[in-house]
Amino acid sequence: MKKKTTIVMITLAIILVGVILLALSWGTYQMNPFEILQTFLGNGNKIQETTIFQLRLPRIGVALLVGFALSTAGCILQSITKNELAEPGIIGINAGAALAVVIVIATSTSAYYSTLGAFATYVMPIAGIAGALLAAIVIYSLSYQKGISPTRLILIGIGMNAGLNAIITLFQLTLSKGDYNQALTWISGSLWGSSWQFFWIIFPIVVIFIGWTILESRHLDVLDLGDELATGLGIKVERTRRKFLIFAVVLAAASTAVAGNIAFLGLLGPHLGRQLVGPVHQRLIPVAGLISATVIILADTLSRNIFSPIEIPVGITISIVGVPYFIYLMLKMKE
Amino acid sequence: MSKKITFFTLLCIVLLVIGLFIAVSAGAKTIPFQTVIDSIFAYDHTLDMQLIREVRIPRALSTLLVGGLLGMSGAMMQGVTRNPIAEPSLMGITQGATLAIAIGYAFPTFSGLFSTSAAAFIGALLSGLLVLIVTMQQARIVNISRLLLAGTALSTFFLSLASVIALLTNQSQNLAFWISGGFRSATWGSVEMLVIVGGICTLLGLLLAKRINIVNLGEDVAVGLGEKPMQVRFLTLLIIIPICSICVSVAGNIAFVGLIIPQIIRKLIGQNYRMILPLSFLLGGTLLVWSDILARLVAQPYETPIGLFTTLLGVPFFIWMVRKERSV
Repeated sequence: MKKKTTIVMITLAIILVGVILLALSWGTYQMNPFEILQTFLGNGNKIQETTIFQLRLPRIGVALLVGFALSTAGCILQSITKNELAEPGIIGINAGAALAVVIVIATSTSAYYSTLGAFATYVMPIAGIAGALLAAIVIYSLSYQKGISPTRLILIGIGMNAGLNAIITLFQLTLSKGDYNQALTWISGSLWGSSWQFFWIIFPIVVIFIGWTILESRHLDVLDLGDELATGLGIKVERTRRKFLIFAVVLAAASTAVAGNIAFLGLLGPHLGRQLVGPVHQRLIPVAGLISATVIILADTLSRNIFSPIEIPVGITISIVGVPYFIYLMLKMKE
Repeated sequence: MSKKITFFTLLCIVLLVIGLFIAVSAGAKTIPFQTVIDSIFAYDHTLDMQLIREVRIPRALSTLLVGGLLGMSGAMMQGVTRNPIAEPSLMGITQGATLAIAIGYAFPTFSGLFSTSAAAFIGALLSGLLVLIVTMQQARIVNISRLLLAGTALSTFFLSLASVIALLTNQSQNLAFWISGGFRSATWGSVEMLVIVGGICTLLGLLLAKRINIVNLGEDVAVGLGEKPMQVRFLTLLIIIPICSICVSVAGNIAFVGLIIPQIIRKLIGQNYRMILPLSFLLGGTLLVWSDILARLVAQPYETPIGLFTTLLGVPFFIWMVRKERSV
């Protein structure tokens, strides 16, 4: 089993590197792998250096972090809700973060990223986390009735998601047409305009919380066994659930703050991962993260290039791929 | 019991009539009551009277009809699926129609109310069939979260495709108005379409009500009574699809009306769908007429999309329903 996991991880890592190379080379300015290598060695010309170091690499970096963060949040939520279809985008956590960020954008400037001051850039992730936490607290307390029923948590989450999205739309409609297109792009989930600044803002959050989750992943495994058994094994179920919920919320919020509301990514990775290495979280979380990161980088490369020069929000591309998979899972699941 | 129903019906009618009068006279320009009456009975070509006749009255009537049709289609859907949250916009049917409209918009030759409705019809038909396949496959097990997850996923899918089309053709803000719903562009043409399509479907629905009652008793009982539940479900869907497409093409996506209204009605009068359907129509119309008044007046002279209004009204209701439900 251990050996299989290693093989799976190495294979996935190789695929990921391949996709990153593709993302580095494909774009309005084409580069071949040799040129990329030369640029990394410091022998590139000015255009090549700008393209790689200022545009494509930060974007890939942010995508990588977002992929890992959302996939881990998905793993956690699927264990907490005991529902394989749970995911931060569907149950309203991403929407909470998105609403908070939209409010920040709407109040701090009438334009967009280009004129957002450094202050707003730092405030955005914090606002995102605050918004997501608030949404999670509301969802959690509304579903609390002598304990949490997983189904109720999901239903209330879906309801909150609809409500929050309505409020976001309300804000959007007050924007002018140009701003509106950009806000739509961002709300549907987009890596447009990613910079190193974004990368370094969420890097510590993502690394700390994924690390922490993996360290305590045994508790997640025990939660999977069911509430009674978990209590029997000495776990304080409700408290553990709350703790992991907070982890999931922070991870989802950090990625929403920089990349917008990307749904279904937190579903794809954990699912495929479970089929490859099974449900033990210590193995599942890294594998699922690798898969989600590959998916988002590939999807982003396609979103940038297929209709170039128009860019499709990556969240939309992922939804178009993710939903059929989701429906397939539903049809396959026997009750 | 029947006294309660009569009282409730009268109350609804009174509220509806008051609502209609306010809807016609209040707005960005408030028009005195007398002028409203005159423009109906003693028409004179002043600007105010034209405004009443050509804009406000068709709008108010469209609101009434769309609200009524949505309330009724929600009731029918809940009846045959025996699922308290079944509702066209929560199950992705409306969004399928929206996608088709977005595609229609991308090709300008297809403009106009009729072709928009036709596009919406095809979209609603296809997505309705998809919903049928995904959710009604195991009709015996009515699992709420499953239905809702499938609906959410399908709506996301349709709206994502619609957004791609809108971005590529630079129409995204138009699309947002469709998605959030509104009666800005209601004309006498929309009223005619609503009356014709809605009227036929309402009649068919009422004819089907008796059979819906039987299906609502449960799969086994229905079969025992000689009813074919799958057939009734399919016929119901066939009635709901034109209703959804005409509503979406007139007013965009107006969510939660079909969820709230039948719940309230069922609380009041019990499980008889021959009564539930007409009363859902009445209450749905009343609700939407009043929501539209609010939507126009809250942020004058701008209009707040009415679909957002109904969503913000519907979500707390929905959450309250989920909390009340013992089985989840």
